[in-house]
Amino acid sequence: MTSKNVHVKIDEMKTSTGLIKNLEVSIGKLVNDNWTEPMGPTPMPSLTALRDWDMKLLNKYKPFYMPDCDLCCLCTFGKCDLTAGKRGACGLDIAAQSSRIVLIACSIGAATHTGHARHVVDHLIEKYGRRFPLDVGGLNVKVEAPVTRLVTGIKPETLGDLEEVLEYCETQITHCLSAAHTGQEGNNLDFESKAFHAGMVDQVGMEVADIAQISTLNFPKADPEAPLIKMGIGSVDTSKPVIMCIGHNVVPSVGIIDYMKESKLDDKMEVVGLCCTAFDNTRYYDRAKIVGPISWQLRFIRGGFADVVVLDEQCVRTDAFDEARKVHAPVIAASEKNCMGFKNRTNDPADEIVADLVSGKVPGVLILDPEKVGEVAVKVAKQIAPIRKKMNNLPSIDEIKSLAKTCRQCNLCQRSCPQDLIIPAAIKAAAEGNLAPLTDLYEECIGCGRCEEACPVKLQIHSFIIKAGEKFMLEESNLCRAGRGAVQDVEIRNVGSPIVLGEIPGILAVVGCSNYPHGGKDVYDICREFASRRYIVVTSGCSAMSAGSYRNEEGKTLYEEFSGGFEAGGVLNVGSCVANSHIAGAAIKVANIFAKRNLRGNYEEIADYIHNRLGAVGLAWGAYSQKAASIASGFWRLGVPVLVGPHGAKYRRMLLGREDKPEDWDVYDARTGNKVNVGPAPEHLFQTVETPQEAMVVIAKLCIRPNDTWKGRSIKLSHYVDLHKRYYGCMPQDLHLFVRTMADVPMTLKDEFTKILEAKNWKETVIPDPTLLPRMIRKMKE
Amino acid sequence: MSCEPWQCAEIAATKKANPIQKPEIAVAMIKKASRPILIVGSNATERWMEGKQLIEYLIDFAKASKVPVVATAHMVGEFLKRGYEPAGFMSAMDIGNRLVDPEWQGLDGKGHPDLVLLIGLPYYMEALILSGLKHFAPDLKTMTLDNLYHPHASWSFPNATLEEWAANLKVITSKFEGGQ
Repeated sequence: MTSKNVHVKIDEMKTSTGLIKNLEVSIGKLVNDNWTEPMGPTPMPSLTALRDWDMKLLNKYKPFYMPDCDLCCLCTFGKCDLTAGKRGACGLDIAAQSSRIVLIACSIGAATHTGHARHVVDHLIEKYGRRFPLDVGGLNVKVEAPVTRLVTGIKPETLGDLEEVLEYCETQITHCLSAAHTGQEGNNLDFESKAFHAGMVDQVGMEVADIAQISTLNFPKADPEAPLIKMGIGSVDTSKPVIMCIGHNVVPSVGIIDYMKESKLDDKMEVVGLCCTAFDNTRYYDRAKIVGPISWQLRFIRGGFADVVVLDEQCVRTDAFDEARKVHAPVIAASEKNCMGFKNRTNDPADEIVADLVSGKVPGVLILDPEKVGEVAVKVAKQIAPIRKKMNNLPSIDEIKSLAKTCRQCNLCQRSCPQDLIIPAAIKAAAEGNLAPLTDLYEECIGCGRCEEACPVKLQIHSFIIKAGEKFMLEESNLCRAGRGAVQDVEIRNVGSPIVLGEIPGILAVVGCSNYPHGGKDVYDICREFASRRYIVVTSGCSAMSAGSYRNEEGKTLYEEFSGGFEAGGVLNVGSCVANSHIAGAAIKVANIFAKRNLRGNYEEIADYIHNRLGAVGLAWGAYSQKAASIASGFWRLGVPVLVGPHGAKYRRMLLGREDKPEDWDVYDARTGNKVNVGPAPEHLFQTVETPQEAMVVIAKLCIRPNDTWKGRSIKLSHYVDLHKRYYGCMPQDLHLFVRTMADVPMTLKDEFTKILEAKNWKETVIPDPTLLPRMIRKMKE
Repeated sequence: MSCEPWQCAEIAATKKANPIQKPEIAVAMIKKASRPILIVGSNATERWMEGKQLIEYLIDFAKASKVPVVATAHMVGEFLKRGYEPAGFMSAMDIGNRLVDPEWQGLDGKGHPDLVLLIGLPYYMEALILSGLKHFAPDLKTMTLDNLYHPHASWSFPNATLEEWAANLKVITSKFEGGQ
């Protein structure tokens, strides 16, 4: 699609019908639409256009609230105590307030991705022009922007086409956030519906950001064999000057990498990244390295490895500057959203800024020109590395032993630790000369530093843990596959049928941040378990890093052990946070490419298809952020269940089905219009799981869908039973809810199933053509 | 022993747990209840006291008191391994969600529980579930048997050492007929 502004002015024109004078015509947009697919019912849906669909889901999956705070402090009537049914001064109760917080979180997340997308698109248009063609996979990807097509009805072809898409997103996010104002929305389910809306818009914003950068910056284009990237502090050559980029926006890093290459310094320096910038750096430049997930910022800065720290946006520690100053590493803030209080030096000569940073005259600067960021960062790193000599801010072992003796054993460190790590005992042992308990904390520590903030004698407890675990830290050297971006259309064609029929037992998307309850190994174990069972495992973001951070008995990382294709037993990393849109995109493309459903502005039908037929589950084992909330919310609206690890309970609201209420599980059979009870498939839309063992059992169960063929259901049930027996030590008690005919029963388990089915008074039912939408019922033949 | 929330920032507003100053108070509450249940979380195999895992104390208590057990996460397997069959097992979210439904008739279908005992969930998860019950099941009494003060419960032990915890659990068990 192309569109442009048209303005015609005629001072005087003689025509056969008369004289025209001073005619002025202005057309906001001239649309050249060569996409022949008919427009569906909800192009660019408004805040309420999909409300009925949301309510269908929310009726099945009702909110279970766990308020994280009893109060509302958002207006000057407050603080209002909302405990146990009390209403606040505005009339809101705790259910609505809890959903309101969910809406606010999802709106922040959507705004963050969309703001990121806006910055990337504006920058790339300035650099490459509006007519630059979008290309996310050459001939292998014809449906280049499935989420955008589905939601907006626009088929973008050029960078310029993305502007209109972003305008839609920006408008909707503004509406979503405005609904959270005091005295606007008051009903909890309407807040939830708006949170779904924010999540849907978020998926569009993410997709825009990623397809723009893939197309222009030559990232891997839907490539199952995207390069394997070195990862971990141990993979960094610290004898070279090191530039560390933290955040999510690749644009400043591109400036750094380009300048480094132009100056022929690319083999003389290291560019490393933390969090999603790391991924996008490696998609641009395969010699860039990934240090680790978001939680390792303090490790790397205090360890003194970085000679220059470049901060862009999102998930950047707001005290990164203070930490970097302690190791004399200059900081460059490179995003309007994260200025860090620095003076704006964008218009100053580069060499002048370099001199100020190297001399220590200023510890940090704000530079909003990515090319200048590149020049300054490279020059500063080169000049300051020999001066800094990788100065670190870690105590020596002897200092730890000595300082530990000042500990009062007050327990405040443990009581402030999100992980409840038994720090006091480790400090006590250190005081007695034994550092082993501190070393044991290294893997589980999420690097937040709250222990240090709580310590009344100001012990640098996190630094103690880093030092005690230093050997592990320096040995961390693994491989992660560079983010491949989209899933190819041909891959969808190959797996569409076995997924929808249930013969590939499911798609597991392991995404999100690294607020893990017991370190990243759980992510690796879960991914490996399901890849070995021939599920399709998709990773992204910090979880993709954790998935690659461990090795099997043959010394292979997950990305070496399994293929990078979207296929049974594949483990594919789509990329950074914004690449999560490709996971939604793959689900949407199954409906479009395999099932031939129209996408254009046809959200409800496609979501209904995905919800009832596609055995996909998201797992955000360490989700912490508002962006993770909005990513999850986008999947909720598509009807895809999302699991979070135990810290995810702090999102304070789950969306849970009730398997003990059969009346909740009716669908229409589109062939006949009859209502058919299909059981709790899937049982939940948003659930916290407590342990990795529980996660594995629940994942297998949540992949069950009403549309499964008997063969597919049998395969899914055999995985569910197998994992249940292994981790729960017994047969599941709810099998009668998932068996429709005896053909669904796995052959090898027939006797065990039969006993349960008889005990539960099971009755055979039919396999419907499932839908929640009455309009999808086909007329019965006479 | 302290009645500060174990995790410092876990602050409640106007409704805070009554401290259980001695285990006999907990015993009286449990005996008074007509339909108590005990929810056991995944720390049941992570916490050790006097060389025994928490789960072993809980099996002793459950056998003595006949309070039905709901095992969360993968704890059902741990109970079964030790020869004890819990009355039910489900995710922590599922049992919380059922408890806020006044229509739910309990694991046996004979009536809604009137007292919920919780123990061994990760502190923050247990705090959130207790908060959910405080707000949305205001008539339900909740009690934590952890050694960590939970402000959102109706009743909670103050923060205590592992030794004190073990002693409390043993006293509670001993006060029931089967625990003599």
